[in-house]
Amino acid sequence: MADTSPPDALSRFERTIAAEEKIEPRDWMPDKYRLNLVRQISQHAHSEVVGQLPEGNWIARAPSLRRKAILLAKVQDEAGHGLYLYSAAETLGVSREEMLDDLLSGKAKYASIFNYPTLSWADVGAIGWLVDGAAIVNQISLCRTSYGPYARAMVRICKEESFHQRQGFEIMQTLAAGSAEQKAMAQDALNRWWWPSLMMFGPHDAESAHTQQSMQWKIKRQSNDELRQKFVDQTAVQAAHIGLVIPDPLLKWNESRGHYDFGPIDWDEFNRVLAGHGPCNRARLAARRKAHEDGEWVRDAMLAHADKQRARATGAAA
Amino acid sequence: MSSKHLPLWEVFIRSRRGLDHKHIGSLHAADAAQAMQSARDTYTRRQEGVSIWVVRSSDIHASQFEDDSAFFDPAADKVYRHPTFYDVPEELKL
Amino acid sequence: MNVAHFEYVQRLGDNALILGQRLSEWCGHSPFLEEDIAMANTALDLIGRARMLYAHAAALEGQGRDEDALAYGRDERQFGNFLICELPNGDYACTLIRQYLVDVYHHALYSTLCGSSDAGLAAIAGKAVKECAYHLRRSGDWVVRLGDGTAESHARCQAALDEVWAYTAEMFNGDAIDDAMAAAGIGVAPGSLAAAWRDEVEAQLALATLSVPRDDWSASGGRQGLHTEHMGRLLAELQFVQRAYPGQKW
Repeated sequence: MADTSPPDALSRFERTIAAEEKIEPRDWMPDKYRLNLVRQISQHAHSEVVGQLPEGNWIARAPSLRRKAILLAKVQDEAGHGLYLYSAAETLGVSREEMLDDLLSGKAKYASIFNYPTLSWADVGAIGWLVDGAAIVNQISLCRTSYGPYARAMVRICKEESFHQRQGFEIMQTLAAGSAEQKAMAQDALNRWWWPSLMMFGPHDAESAHTQQSMQWKIKRQSNDELRQKFVDQTAVQAAHIGLVIPDPLLKWNESRGHYDFGPIDWDEFNRVLAGHGPCNRARLAARRKAHEDGEWVRDAMLAHADKQRARATGAAA
Repeated sequence: MSSKHLPLWEVFIRSRRGLDHKHIGSLHAADAAQAMQSARDTYTRRQEGVSIWVVRSSDIHASQFEDDSAFFDPAADKVYRHPTFYDVPEELKL
Repeated sequence: MNVAHFEYVQRLGDNALILGQRLSEWCGHSPFLEEDIAMANTALDLIGRARMLYAHAAALEGQGRDEDALAYGRDERQFGNFLICELPNGDYACTLIRQYLVDVYHHALYSTLCGSSDAGLAAIAGKAVKECAYHLRRSGDWVVRLGDGTAESHARCQAALDEVWAYTAEMFNGDAIDDAMAAAGIGVAPGSLAAAWRDEVEAQLALATLSVPRDDWSASGGRQGLHTEHMGRLLAELQFVQRAYPGQKW
């Protein structure tokens, strides 16, 4: 959409943001704000949708009926969160179909962490604890984002997500207190998911392409590094509580900073996975494409049936 | 890719008896019956509601951004419409 | 312990678990997001129902087993679900046609079981019948949407119906356990549900412009633990963790 703006539109927009008020769908907004939001919200939505796959891999094999129900409800929530977020993005004038096309063509990004495989039941625990834990830190911050529909979606998502991290932690806690095999399974999962979880917060602030503008418009409220630190601080304590070891020899409480120090992140790996060369990138996209393509005749049939019904109703009324 | 898209619907939920329906989100569905079922399946999984409205998004008429000042600013100086405007003895419980 | 009573409740649980397991396979793979959510709701209802029925069966048995012992500790010969529940999902038409045919049956079954002389079973049925009413509304709608949709969706539905139809007769052919439970006022004589099921299904299929398949052969054996070859793989997946690491808490 072009900037066909009333003369005072930009200053009104900026005043609204400065006053901590929300921008709403029919407000005038700079094109870049709109584009930035569409990019961020749709990426977030794609992450929820692709994020169904790694955990979905264990629904059929969940080790108890209680765990099966919890996991199914949790993965179902991810679909719901994808739906809320696509809806929020749709208020900006982009259709869900367009966003899905971008995802399926490989043009759009989604959280890289979902390109790692789930190899044991403990991975389901690790994802809930670490991946959802990291997501929540980010999402709580986004409840204060400047775009109304995005903020409302985030509030709803945070409310629903609060059980996700807890169920994951509970799985890890149970395994860590279980047999030697179970504890090893939990430690192995932590070893594999820890660093990718830290990467979820994105590049360091200095290298982040979008952070500065997004912070200025209050789309993002806290920087990548701030949020990452918050996550490390809370997770270090939780790991110690259940007797698992975070795979970072440099992780250490820093009294003067009041935070945990931690070791360097392997950004080469991050960039490799982001570029499509993680262990599961191809499989994840292939699964999404298959679902979408296999579903096409279903969606077509629904529309055809609705058209027929409308025609019948009109015919009957005439 | 399909050339036609499923229409967008807005969902309103009454969370408890006695309260208004409130906009809670959106979804895509082919018709009202399906929108109603999807609304139930998507937006009442945690006992969020006791009644649902679904409305096709294209059927909603919204006030426009350009009209904001004409529509809403003139109410700003009608302070006498608010009870706090009046200075009355507190003990009389008016 | 009344073995028939235990078996009767346990195999109600088997139907719920195995069908719930199948439906949960759609999670993340269905035709659009709204369906991912809706299908998972039905699967969750079924898994929840299985848990209640297994817990009740285990209590009737009184041997200290629990819901997971029944779900994870038995081999396929010991599962008494109908074959229709274990069939692979196929395409979305196949899943929904199967679901509709079972939903009509379950709705009638649990409506009747609300009056069971087994108060525990009656209470479970009271919850299940509400879920079934919604499942039936959904799957019944879908059958009409897809049956009377496009030429492709119609053809897929008819093919699915022709494929699955032979597995429906089994739901109405009771055995000695069903007879004993019906006589005791605990259960339902399955044959008593057949005529109404047929009437309802035929009416809906007509709305969906689908033809009722011929009754030339029918599959059976689920109640006796004589399953399709799909069942072993389904259980291998379902039970893998507990089989690989026996006796642990999860």
